Amino acid sequence: MADSPTSPPPPEKKQSPLDRLLTSPVWRSIFRHGYEDTPRNRVLQVSANVWLHLHPSKTRRHGIRYRHTWCAGGLTFLLYLVTVVTGVVLMFYYRPVQEYAYWDVKYLDFDVPFGFLMRNMHRWAAHGMVLFIWLHMFRVFMTGSYKPPREFNWVVGVNLLVLTLLLSFTGYLLPWDQLAIWAVTVGTNMARATPLLGHQGPLGPQLGMTARYDARSFLTAGTLVGAPTLLRFYVLHCIFIPIIASVLMILHFWRIRKDGGISGPL
Amino acid sequence: MAETLAPIDSGLQAEEVKVTAGKKRAAALESLPDKVHTWPYLVRAEFIAGCVLILFLMIWSVTIDAPMEEPANPTKTPNPSKAPWYFLGLQEMLVYFDPWFAGVVAPSLIIVGLMVIPYVDINPNGNGYYTWRERKFAVGVFLFGFLVQWCSQIVIGVFLRGPGWNFFLPGQFWDPHKVVAMTNVDLPYLLGARTEVSQMLVGMALVAAYFSLIPLVWLLFKDRPVMKQLGAIRYGVVSFLFFTQMGIVVKMILRWTLSVKYIMVIPNIVNI
Repeated sequence: MADSPTSPPPPEKKQSPLDRLLTSPVWRSIFRHGYEDTPRNRVLQVSANVWLHLHPSKTRRHGIRYRHTWCAGGLTFLLYLVTVVTGVVLMFYYRPVQEYAYWDVKYLDFDVPFGFLMRNMHRWAAHGMVLFIWLHMFRVFMTGSYKPPREFNWVVGVNLLVLTLLLSFTGYLLPWDQLAIWAVTVGTNMARATPLLGHQGPLGPQLGMTARYDARSFLTAGTLVGAPTLLRFYVLHCIFIPIIASVLMILHFWRIRKDGGISGPL
Repeated sequence: MAETLAPIDSGLQAEEVKVTAGKKRAAALESLPDKVHTWPYLVRAEFIAGCVLILFLMIWSVTIDAPMEEPANPTKTPNPSKAPWYFLGLQEMLVYFDPWFAGVVAPSLIIVGLMVIPYVDINPNGNGYYTWRERKFAVGVFLFGFLVQWCSQIVIGVFLRGPGWNFFLPGQFWDPHKVVAMTNVDLPYLLGARTEVSQMLVGMALVAAYFSLIPLVWLLFKDRPVMKQLGAIRYGVVSFLFFTQMGIVVKMILRWTLSVKYIMVIPNIVNI
């Protein structure tokens, strides 16, 4: 009798709330694939996710080892994201004006809830980003990953390295304390020695460069690091360089895929 | 006898153990597929690394405050005035070179030099794996430049330079009145040139002689297979960057040994 086709089907297992959520029409409208651990779902988990699809759905085996990549490039990007998020929070409280800048930072440090944490994380993440981008470049060089077909992506990476240093350097001025203006003074003073374009550089004076009109005054918007420099560095730091760096990052990550993914023995 | 034999014996055993362990590992690697699913293997590794870094950053940020000094005061110059730490390798170069080179030309050459690496390094070996034996020149030059000329100079700039950019050992008192003998002289003067014009000509001859090593090396070795593969243009780019990089070292050594201030002086225009 038990095998008779007329017997009723076995009672269905009761669904847990989590199962019901994961199979609900709303959930399935966002994530179109199931979560069961099947090869198909593993592939879709990457290729059907806008963030993860930067990765190929399968990775060469050595590429997942920490000792091969040190995760340095990915962590550089993560630190960049940290500076973007904390930086936007700081922008709510900070005014790039000579009279206010220093005291806005003090206000952030002592009065704004979690303001000190946002500023500290922003600062240390920026230093960490410089460190990790050097580690990433070091790793990429040591594994010869700039070799064909990845030559151009190395060039993009060098540009990102320069932009990272410029981001960090322009941000250095914004607290408007002694450390800030004198470090930036030392840095921008170099520009007046630019050959041809600086008023103290080789052949600069002969070409008519003056302290008011040369490579340095172009950077500092004046003959010394003052209020116009603060505004100029603020705009460079918060808008100009981040946009260019973001565009190059998109290119950099896209090229990794297009150039054949993580490098490895041919 | 037994004493001398024993360590050799155990050394051999250790070697054997290493070899068998290596074979086992290689066999285990062979049995894995060449490609693995990004989810979960790579994403998991990245997630863990990201979590560790964020945790570390948060603990660091809660415990250590970002630096904040007194309000900016353009009339009060601190001594020493230091650039941000990642530029201190370049500021350190100011000890040896004028700002047009240390602050503008040298960093530009570093950037350009890094960018041309993939186009002048035509060695096909070592693409995608760590190796020293297969690309000794490239790795050697890079390690020397990055570790010795960049990172170690930053360490000196951050920790060992005090007031007046004078050299102080760790723990030594940063005496703002430290007396340092200013005994540096120009190399043409050391070589006996006494008039401004003769010094200028000797200086220019010295620099020209140094860089004439570039065509000289080409003429001597151009029939070697490596040089033939490289070609004249790539050789020119590599050797110009390499000789400039090493020229920095040459000048630093001349400063330490002979107290040389400049190698070439062209008054009101350029000093090297």
